[in-house]
Amino acid sequence: MPLTETYSSSLPFWAVAVSLLAVPAILWSARKPNLREFWTLLAAAIKFGLVLALLPGAKEGRVAEFVLLEIAEGIELSLRADAFGMFFALIASGLWILTSFYSIGYMRGHHEKKQTRYFASFAVSLSATIGIAFSGNLLTFIIFYELLTLATYPLVIHSENREAIRAGRQYLAYALTAGLLMVAGAAWIYGTTGTLDFTPGGILEEGMLSAGGMRILFFMLMIGVGVKGGIMPLHSWLPNAMVAPTPVSALLHAVAVVKSGVFGVVRMAGFVFGPDVMAAYDLNTILAVFAGFTIIVASVIALRQENLKRRLAYSTVAHLSYIAMGAALLNSEGFTGGMLHISTHATMKITLFFCAGAIIVHAHKENVSDLDGLGRAMPWTFAAFTIGAMGLTGVPPVNGFLSKWFLCLGSIEAGQWLVLGVFLVSGLLNAAYLFPVVYRGFFRSSDKFRKLGEASPFMVVPLCATAVLSVVFCLFPNLFFGLFDLATAAVEGIMKAS
Amino acid sequence: MEAWVHLAVAILLPAFFGALVAVIFPARWRNAPWVTAVITSGLAFAASVAGLVYTASRGEVRYYLGGWEPPMGIELVMDPLSAFFCAVVTGMAFFVFIHGKTVVPRETPGKEAAFYSTALLLVGGLLGIVLTGDLFNLYVFLEISSLAGYALVAIGDRRAPFSAFRYLILGTIGASFYLLGVAFIAMETGSFNMGDVARVVPALGDSAPATVGLILIVFGIGLKMALFPMHGWLSDAYTYATSTSTAIIAPIGTKVAAYVLLRGCFYMFDPDFVREGIPLTTIIGYLGAVGIIWGSVLAIAQSDLKRMLAFSSVSQVGYIALGVGLASPLGMIGAVLHTLNHAVMKACLFLVNTNILSRFGHTDIRRFDRTFRIRMPWTMAAFTLAAISMIGLPPTAGFFSKWYLVLGSWENANYVFLGVILVSSLLNVVYFFRVLEKIYLRTDGEPYDEKNEREDAAVEREESPASMLFPTVFLAASLLVLGLANAFIVTYFIRPMIPSGL
Repeated sequence: MPLTETYSSSLPFWAVAVSLLAVPAILWSARKPNLREFWTLLAAAIKFGLVLALLPGAKEGRVAEFVLLEIAEGIELSLRADAFGMFFALIASGLWILTSFYSIGYMRGHHEKKQTRYFASFAVSLSATIGIAFSGNLLTFIIFYELLTLATYPLVIHSENREAIRAGRQYLAYALTAGLLMVAGAAWIYGTTGTLDFTPGGILEEGMLSAGGMRILFFMLMIGVGVKGGIMPLHSWLPNAMVAPTPVSALLHAVAVVKSGVFGVVRMAGFVFGPDVMAAYDLNTILAVFAGFTIIVASVIALRQENLKRRLAYSTVAHLSYIAMGAALLNSEGFTGGMLHISTHATMKITLFFCAGAIIVHAHKENVSDLDGLGRAMPWTFAAFTIGAMGLTGVPPVNGFLSKWFLCLGSIEAGQWLVLGVFLVSGLLNAAYLFPVVYRGFFRSSDKFRKLGEASPFMVVPLCATAVLSVVFCLFPNLFFGLFDLATAAVEGIMKAS
Repeated sequence: MEAWVHLAVAILLPAFFGALVAVIFPARWRNAPWVTAVITSGLAFAASVAGLVYTASRGEVRYYLGGWEPPMGIELVMDPLSAFFCAVVTGMAFFVFIHGKTVVPRETPGKEAAFYSTALLLVGGLLGIVLTGDLFNLYVFLEISSLAGYALVAIGDRRAPFSAFRYLILGTIGASFYLLGVAFIAMETGSFNMGDVARVVPALGDSAPATVGLILIVFGIGLKMALFPMHGWLSDAYTYATSTSTAIIAPIGTKVAAYVLLRGCFYMFDPDFVREGIPLTTIIGYLGAVGIIWGSVLAIAQSDLKRMLAFSSVSQVGYIALGVGLASPLGMIGAVLHTLNHAVMKACLFLVNTNILSRFGHTDIRRFDRTFRIRMPWTMAAFTLAAISMIGLPPTAGFFSKWYLVLGSWENANYVFLGVILVSSLLNVVYFFRVLEKIYLRTDGEPYDEKNEREDAAVEREESPASMLFPTVFLAASLLVLGLANAFIVTYFIRPMIPSGL
C-alpha cells in the first residue's frame, strides 16, 4: 500500500454540499437577480475555499474521509479527498468562480430566459462534479454521476426549441444507458470481490474473472464513463449539446461533465482494474485503440466544422481521449500526462469557449467564416483565443505543451511509437482547425466590425484570466497550489501499489 | 411480552371497526366518515410500525383468536414479513385517506360513508390476508378484500361497472384456484394451519398433491397479483375507477398477492424444493421479466396518464416477481424492498394524477402543457421525484431495490433478468420524460422567448388544497428518505425475515 493515512473530516462533505445548499436560496430569490447571483458567487467562493482547505493534507498524502451513511447493504456513501480527486476538484471548483462571473455577463448580455433554472442547475452540477471527484467507492461515484446527468439536462434543453429538446433526449439516452451499464458492472464487481472501494492499484486481481469476463466488465465500465468522456463512438451527444448557452459549453462541456467522464476512465484504470490487470488482459490496448481512433477522427471532423462552438466541441472530443490514452500507457509518465491534461485542457478550452461566447453575445456570429476582421474589434478576446489555440497545439509557453510532453514521454517509455505518432499528428491537426480562426480574425480585413468595440468586461476579464492562467501554469506548474506535485503524488500512489 | 401479543390483532381490528363506524354517522356530519377512516388507518399504521420494530428484534408473535389454539382455532401470526407488509398497507391507506378529504365528496357525492366503509373493508381484508396463519382463513380475507375491491372499482365513470365485472369474474376464478390449491394441501397434510403445513410438507417427500396444491395457489394468486399474462383485468379496472379508488387499490392490492406468493413458496414449502424440484419460482421470475417489458411497452403507448400508470404497475409487479424468481436472499431483499418502494411511488403518482384531474378536469398527456408547472409547482415537483424513482436513478428509493435485484441476478448468473432490468429502466425513461417535457418545456419547437415569459407570468398558481398536497409531497419526499435509509431497512427489517432455507 502507498504511504497514505486517512483521517476523518467533514470538509469533503461540505465541499460537495455547499452548492446544493445554495439551490434553495437561488430559487427563493428568483425575482431579485442580483441577490440570486450573489448566492452563486458565494457558494462558488466557499466551495473553492473548502477544497483549498483540504489541499495541505492531500499533498502530504493524508486523505480526508467522510462517511455519511451506509447507502446500500455493505456499501457506504463515502467521500475521500485523495490526491487524484483533489486535483480534479481543485480545477472544477476554481474554474467555477470564473465561469460564474462569465455566466452573469453572458446570460444578461444575451437576455436569456429562465436564468433561475439555469443558475440552480449549474449549482447542482457543480455539487455532483465535486462529488464525483471525492467519491470513495464505485457506488458513490455512480450516484453522483447520475445526479450530474439529471442536473445538466435542464442546461442542455435551456432554449427549449426543437433542436435543444432533441439534443436533451439524445443526451439522456446516452448518459442514462451508460449509467445503467455502470450499475450492472458495479454489481458484478461487488458480487466478485465484495468491495467497491477505490483502491490505488485496483480492486480486481488477476484470475478473479475469466479473460472474456474481464473484458466484458471493462467494456461495461468504460462505456459507462466513456459516454461522458466523449470517447468515440459514444461522443455524438456532445457536439449536439452545444445548443446550450456558452458558459455551459465552457464549464460543463469542456471541464466538469466531460472531465468527470475521463476522470472516471482514469479512476477505473488506476483504482478499479489497476495497471496489472489492465496489462494482463490487454485492456490497455483496447482503450488505446479507441482513444487513438478518437483523437485522429475527431480532429479531422473538427476541420470541417463551420460553427465555431461545434468545432471546439470536436476538439474537446479529441483532447479528452488524450487523457484516456495517458491512462492506457500504464506508466507513470502516461498517468501524469493524462492527469495534467485534465487541468491544462480545462484552462485552454474554457478560454476558447469563453471567446466563442463573447463573439456570439457581442458580435452575434457563430460561424468561422463570418469572423473576418473581428480580431481588430475585439483584440483581447482574439489574443486569448490565440493563446488557447497555441496551447492545444502544444506550443511551449502554454500549458498544453506540458501535458503533451509527458504524454509523449510516456509513449516513448512504453515503446509505443504509434501512440507517439498519434500525438504528433493530432498536434498538426489542432493547428489546422484552430489557427484559421486566428488568421481570419487578425489578418483578413473587413469593414463589418469597424464600429464594434470589445465585449463586456464581465466576459473579457474571465477569458483573459484563463488565458494568462494557461501560460503561467506552463511556466510555473507548481505555482497554483502545487497542482503538479499533487498529480505526481496521485500517480505514485497508483504505480507503487501495483 | 404478553401485551405485545395483542399487537397482531390491534393492526387488524381498527380497519374493520372503522368500516362499521363510518356508516353510522348522520348524513349532515359530512366529514365524519373521512375522520373515521383517517383515524382508524392511522391507528393501524401505528400498530404496524410498532409490530415491525418489535418483531424485527424479538421474532414472531402468535395470537389465538378467541383463545382457540390451532389446529382447531385460527391464529394470527405477526412475523417480520407480515409486519412489514402490514406497515406498507396501512401506511399507504393512511396517506391516501388523508388525501381523499375533498376529492371523495366531489367524486362520489353523498356516498362518502359507503366509500370509506368499503375502502376500510378492503384494507381490513388485505391486513387479514397478511396476518392470518390459516390457509382457509386467508381465503375468507381474500374474498372480503376482493369484494370490497370490486365495489370500489365499480364506482367510477360509465365504463367502470363493466371493468369491475371483468375484474370480478377473473378475480373469482383466481380465488377459486387458490381455494382448490388449499384443498389439495389440506387433504395431504391434514391441516389448514400454515405452520403445520410447513412442518409436514418436508416429511411428505415428493408429494404430488401438495405440489399441485402449491401450483394452484400460485396460479390463483398470480391472477390477483396481475402477473403476466394474467394482467388483463388491471388496466381497465384502474383506469375507469374513481381516482381515489385507484389510489387506494393500486399501491397495495397487488402487493398483498405478492406476499402470499412469498409466504407460499419460501415459508410453507422448502425453498430448495420450489426452486429445484418444480422450477416454480423460475417460471414466476420469467413471467415477471416478460411482464416488466410488456407493461413498460404498453405504458409508452398510452396517452392517458392514469392508464399509463396502470400499465406501469403491471411492469413494476414484474420486478417483485423477478425477485421471487431469483429465489435467493438478495432476490428476496429486492422483492420486499421493491414492494415498499413501489407502493410509495405508485401512491404518490396516483395522488398526483388525482390532483391533476381535480384541477384540470382531464389526465390526457397530449393536452399537458407548461402552465401545469406554474399552476401546481409542488404537485409537479412530486411527480418529477416519483418519476425519477420509477426510472430508478439514485439516490431515490427506486434505484436501490433495482440494485439488489441486479446483485441477485449476477449472483445467479441470470443474464436475462439483468438485461430486462436494464432495458426496462430505459423504457421507464421514455414514458416519464415524455410527460416531464410536456409539463416543463415549451414543446412547439420554437425557442422560449419574451412572449412566453409574459404568458407564464400571467398564469396564476392554483395548487391543490393542503389536505391533498401534504400526502402527495410527503410521499414524494419519503422516496428520498427511503432511498438513503435503504441499508437500514434491509439490515433491520428485511434480513430478519429471510427464511432459513433460502
